[in-house]
Amino acid sequence: MAQRLRTDAVPDELPEEQPGNGGGAGTRPRAVNDVPTRLDRVFAGITTTAGLTVLTLLTLVGIFLFLRSREAFDTVGWSFFTTFEWRIDSTPAVFGVVGLAVGTVLVAIIAVTIAIPLGVCAALFISDYATGRVRGFLVGLVDLLAAIPSLLFGLWGLLLLSSQIVPLSAWLGRHLRWFPPFRVAADAGLDNSMFIAGIVVSLMVLPIIAAVTREVFSQTPPNEKEAALALGGTKWGMIRMVVLPYGRGGIIGGSMLGLGRALGETIAVSLLLPQVPKVTGRILENGGATVSGFIVRRFGGGELNTSALMAAGLVLFGMTLVTNMLASVIISRSRSGVGVEV
Amino acid sequence: MVAALAPAAEPTAGPAPPARRRPREFTAVDYGTIGGSALSALTLTWLIFARLTDGVGWLGFLVVAYVAFLVLFGLVTADRIGVLAAKDRLATVTITSGAMLLLAPLLWLVGYVLVKGLPGLRPSFFTHDMRGVTPTMPASAGGGLHAIIGSLQQVGLALLITVPLAVSTAVFLNETRSRLRRPVRIVVDAMSGMPSVVAGLFIYATFVIPYGGQIDLFGFNGFMAALALSMIMLPTITRTVEVVLRLVPDGLREASLSLGASRARTVWSVVLPTARSGVTTAVVLGIARAVGETAPLLFTAFGYQLINSNPFANPQESLPLFVFRSITQPQQSMIDRGFTGALVLMLVVLGLFALARFIGRDRTRSRRRTGQAPAMPTGADIFEALPGPGAPVSVAQKGS
Repeated sequence: MAQRLRTDAVPDELPEEQPGNGGGAGTRPRAVNDVPTRLDRVFAGITTTAGLTVLTLLTLVGIFLFLRSREAFDTVGWSFFTTFEWRIDSTPAVFGVVGLAVGTVLVAIIAVTIAIPLGVCAALFISDYATGRVRGFLVGLVDLLAAIPSLLFGLWGLLLLSSQIVPLSAWLGRHLRWFPPFRVAADAGLDNSMFIAGIVVSLMVLPIIAAVTREVFSQTPPNEKEAALALGGTKWGMIRMVVLPYGRGGIIGGSMLGLGRALGETIAVSLLLPQVPKVTGRILENGGATVSGFIVRRFGGGELNTSALMAAGLVLFGMTLVTNMLASVIISRSRSGVGVEV
Repeated sequence: MVAALAPAAEPTAGPAPPARRRPREFTAVDYGTIGGSALSALTLTWLIFARLTDGVGWLGFLVVAYVAFLVLFGLVTADRIGVLAAKDRLATVTITSGAMLLLAPLLWLVGYVLVKGLPGLRPSFFTHDMRGVTPTMPASAGGGLHAIIGSLQQVGLALLITVPLAVSTAVFLNETRSRLRRPVRIVVDAMSGMPSVVAGLFIYATFVIPYGGQIDLFGFNGFMAALALSMIMLPTITRTVEVVLRLVPDGLREASLSLGASRARTVWSVVLPTARSGVTTAVVLGIARAVGETAPLLFTAFGYQLINSNPFANPQESLPLFVFRSITQPQQSMIDRGFTGALVLMLVVLGLFALARFIGRDRTRSRRRTGQAPAMPTGADIFEALPGPGAPVSVAQKGS
């Protein structure tokens, strides 16, 4: 946009790489001599270097994690992706990422399941119900919730919230036993469960879900909303038939972004879960481990241990990368993402 | 507004006009229904849990009571004014209460840390490290000076690395026409979703493992922590600055270019100064994000009980590390100390957050008073335009 004044050049009269062409449809204005000055070239060099640095950084993360995890992969080979035990000190060492990955995904799913309805409610309230001051206040509140460090959530969850949730867990375990994830053993502890970790993580992913969906809802074309209301629809009818369908891509994409955050959530989960890898679907019982929390707890120790943790970190890196990329694609492909330059 | 168009109370000859229906308005009867439903939901839930089954804890009680309230309110309203209106009101009540629910955990958390940390917040916390403190000593002994020094140095170093890089990258994304913009933007989005623990592992794998044994600079120290923190701050600041740059009116750039200024000159003398308050906001938000990070520091700064004011050699403490270590100790005195540290950390984060909002808000006001034109992007606009914490840049629309 910055070059609008210089855009009245016929595109094919300029070399491809020169900026400033485009536009000027239908006219044959004069050609513009747009030779960058030396300062401009330095400027272009600096900014491009910065861009390339960022580009390389992410690649380097993958490469170095892979290099450091070579030893672990050499030791156990592909069984790293099929083993759920983690006995690194035994001979031969047996370890794999499955037990950790299952816990990570379970906690993330619990978190997102709780956070989606709340986040969408908050987004709808901000975009369609609140006005003026209340809206600004809530936008600030969501941002503030995002700014609170994970450590404080973990501290609060560990020392206060978990004991408050235990009776609820116990009740669910007693009365909703027919639902397999809610089964608990008679003597199982309930204060370090994936359920509690999921609730705490849900508060941490709520802001991003609320922010993305709010952004998408606020882009709903006003004329469609007004049309729905003019046809005699109630406000809820308008939201259900116009806003929600329009923002569907944003809701899905935002939820996946939230899922990505939940997968990588570290400190709070490392405090809240015992971090013993096991494959269990019983979310109310003590137990469970996540990749990130496990890395924090088991850090230190021998070379093989470090290498194995690097391998687990690499898997986590891949998981979050795929989730986030998918989310970006969904958002930009959805109807509400049309017209957004990507 | 409807009332202003056709005042119902106007005295008219002939038959009175039919009562105006305002389907969206909540009347006294509606509030009465809400109150009644709430009361009956509470008593019903009490009946269920206290009389018919065993206890569920107060959290579970509230959840069940809330659901019961929604059901009762929906039923009563449907009976009173029909299903369609009932659905609408139920949606209003659900969405409003759901949004208000956000306030609860925030207040609860802030209040908890405040109550637990305040007793230990005495001046000696800011003047002492943990020298000579044994686990059996009371929480008043020792302090967090070493952690505060470490945090300041690490975040400061990280800023020195990140700000130039992030601003250049944002300029690259918004002010140039390079073909690489698209991949870079995707990568910035992807980096902002990268778990912080991975950033720490990366620095550990790249520097500390191969060279840590031989060179002090690449061992566990504050500088390594700063590198890890800059990995985390970089995407945050880049994306926020990019949004800010998008808000700079094109007219300003065009005016500068038409006066014969080069692109570099335009960016340096027009775009960046215009966006200054926004860039400051972005940096402050980045600091707020980085200062509370714990996980990456475990692999880089490592933590240390005493003051180490040299960030380039030997392990260093930081505020989050101090809190993390303290609250995982069994002794109550250590946990209390951890709470004090957590309170300081929380106050720092809240203060930075308030500062970020203040920078924007203040500028808006002064500018509106003096009536200058054209409107510059301010912090307030940025908060409106921001795709929110961690959302992809692609979501952010161009500001008005």
